[in-house]
Amino acid sequence: MNHYIKNSLWLLVALLGAAALGGIALNRGESINALWLITAAICVYALAYRFYAAWIAAKVLMVDATRATPAELKNNGRDFVPTNKWVVFGHHFAAIAGPGPLVGPTLAAQFGYLPGTLWLLIGAVLGGCVQDMAILFFSTRRNAKSLGQMARDELGAIGGNAALIGTFVIMIILIAVLGLVVVNAMKHSPWATSTVAATIPIAMLVGLYMRNFRPGQVLEASALGVILLLLAVVGGGWIDHHASLRDFFDQEGLILAWGVMIYGFAAAILPVWLLLAPRDYLSTYMKIGTIVLLAVAIILLQPSIKMPAITPFIDGTGPIFGGKLFPFLFITIACGAISGFHALIASGTTPKLLANERDIRLIGYGAMLLESFVAVMAMVAATVLDPGVFFAINSSAGTVGKEAAQAVATISGWGFPVSTAQMDALAKDMGEATLFARTGGAPSLAVGMASIFGSAFGKGMLALWYHFAIMFEAIFILTTLDAGTRVGRFMLQDMLGNIWPKIGQTSWMPSVIFTSALVVAGWGYFLYIGVIDPNGGVAILWPLFGIANQMLAAIALSVATGILVKSGKLKQAWVTALPLMWLTIVTSSAAWEKITSSDIRVGFLAAANDMATKLAAGVLPPDKAAIAPQLIFNQQLDAGLTLFFVVTLWIVIFDMLRVCSRHLAGKAVPPITESPHVPSRLVENWVRD
Amino acid sequence: MLAKIKAFWRAIRQLSGADAYERYLLHQVKHHPDKTPLTKAEFFKQWQDEKWAGIKRCC
Repeated sequence: MNHYIKNSLWLLVALLGAAALGGIALNRGESINALWLITAAICVYALAYRFYAAWIAAKVLMVDATRATPAELKNNGRDFVPTNKWVVFGHHFAAIAGPGPLVGPTLAAQFGYLPGTLWLLIGAVLGGCVQDMAILFFSTRRNAKSLGQMARDELGAIGGNAALIGTFVIMIILIAVLGLVVVNAMKHSPWATSTVAATIPIAMLVGLYMRNFRPGQVLEASALGVILLLLAVVGGGWIDHHASLRDFFDQEGLILAWGVMIYGFAAAILPVWLLLAPRDYLSTYMKIGTIVLLAVAIILLQPSIKMPAITPFIDGTGPIFGGKLFPFLFITIACGAISGFHALIASGTTPKLLANERDIRLIGYGAMLLESFVAVMAMVAATVLDPGVFFAINSSAGTVGKEAAQAVATISGWGFPVSTAQMDALAKDMGEATLFARTGGAPSLAVGMASIFGSAFGKGMLALWYHFAIMFEAIFILTTLDAGTRVGRFMLQDMLGNIWPKIGQTSWMPSVIFTSALVVAGWGYFLYIGVIDPNGGVAILWPLFGIANQMLAAIALSVATGILVKSGKLKQAWVTALPLMWLTIVTSSAAWEKITSSDIRVGFLAAANDMATKLAAGVLPPDKAAIAPQLIFNQQLDAGLTLFFVVTLWIVIFDMLRVCSRHLAGKAVPPITESPHVPSRLVENWVRD
Repeated sequence: MLAKIKAFWRAIRQLSGADAYERYLLHQVKHHPDKTPLTKAEFFKQWQDEKWAGIKRCC
């Protein structure tokens, strides 16, 4: 009997999900309620988790609850500790969910709400979650080895080196684009700039508190920090109205970019406890708190989505970034659907805490589902705005025109009516001078969140909500920036250490300063170009980041597919081979278009040639002619990088195919490096599902 | 109800690492009773430095 009730319950979930999906896919009316998107997402996730993930865990990976995990075998009470699965889930989710799932869907909303939402759902349940779960499983079976080590052991030196270099380059691009998002949110906004600046001394104070004043009292220190952060948001409003302080924080993008670079350099050489660790605590609490708040607000308020299901921009003429729906939707939304970066967390870090292999489904598959859900909420926050307003905030001055009147005319001309009066009133509500051309996704997300929060919890505090949202995004963008610069420094020291061993000593100060400066110069260059480029560097950098991230995902999926085939699971290897194939198609076609397209908004080389021709003919205005050589070089460099990514991708895939075919032909391949089975002795003292 | 609140608080403490030292002491008592454990300040320093080596945050 019980069995039937359970089955009919799942049937109900399936029907509800199908109805919600059908509703959002077939709706061509005026507007649709955001609750439909949320319902569809939850039903799809529930079904995928209950059936697909369970099937993969049982039949493909064959998780073994009786087998001791590395956390149990190497338990040292510090980094290897068998931990309650919900606690591991919390750590894993906090580690994988950064600003990516918020920015990507916001940018991709230019195609309408439907394509992005469908890709978030399908990409996550068939791709991203499977990747995270498989890599978590394989790393757990290999003493918590990193992705790079697994690639080297299972495929060979080529795959391993590709993963290493790929990780380094993706880090540089990621930090540059995130830095640009923060700069665009702070430029000429004294409120946002002062609030973001205040997060630095607050983090240091929290760091000193938990290191020296009350050692180890992390909760106390974090609570203090969160209160100070909220005061900083309010204090920013006061500075915004202060005659002289206002001018001090009212800065050009370029100066802010230099500030971010100096900050990144300082964060990479300062001890972790002073800045990085406390900032991470604060950003984690802010992140989880705000995500819960947003979910509650959307469910309470049930806002209507004003963006059409599909916009005309699927033809590639979109103002936020150039390029058609295929393939550019699939690289714009990486995090939230499938993100290669997660494989770095799922290998190495999380397995050290895993108490039992049975928890792999919850942690690997489940945490990624939650990240996908965060991305769906970001999509909701972007599409509840009037489309005209959305495009006015997110379109760069180079695309729609520098003057407000010109911009609203262009955008209204596309069929998304918006007026300068409307934009001025909105900016005033949000406590900003202007909201035009604030590209990068953070400001429009903040406006969307502020209007959702404002309607759910009172309209009076819109400006506070807006700057709260900006602070919330900035604080964990800066955490990624700190942590990324530091990791980049370690990787560079490691690589250069092969040439000159002295430089590989991570505590030798000259080496620390030299390699940190190199890493900061790497991302600082792209940040600098992104700021001076009138067409908005986000339109160039985000696709580059997307291609890099999907390349890393393809490397992770190649490793997983290779291991599956080598362990005699050829018939089930499609679970990772299918998303790998799709990513290869998407990444290769996106890279092909970015390199060869004759559309100057898509092709890097076309843009470089176009600008070179104009420069030679002398038709550029003096201010543009001055920066043109730099922009031309940058476009050529970006083309080169794209080529590098796609070549690396194909090398790894061929390496994987070579290993698989040799294995199937019975020839020698690198042996499976799975560690031997040791029975678990852990006493089960918590409830399992 | 009280038990649930207590369990929730325990989870929060564990998630944040507030109980890391207590767990370390338990581990030392159980597995290395012959060694003198680190003081809380010493332990916290090592724990924090270890926690931040390598890639710990994603995009």
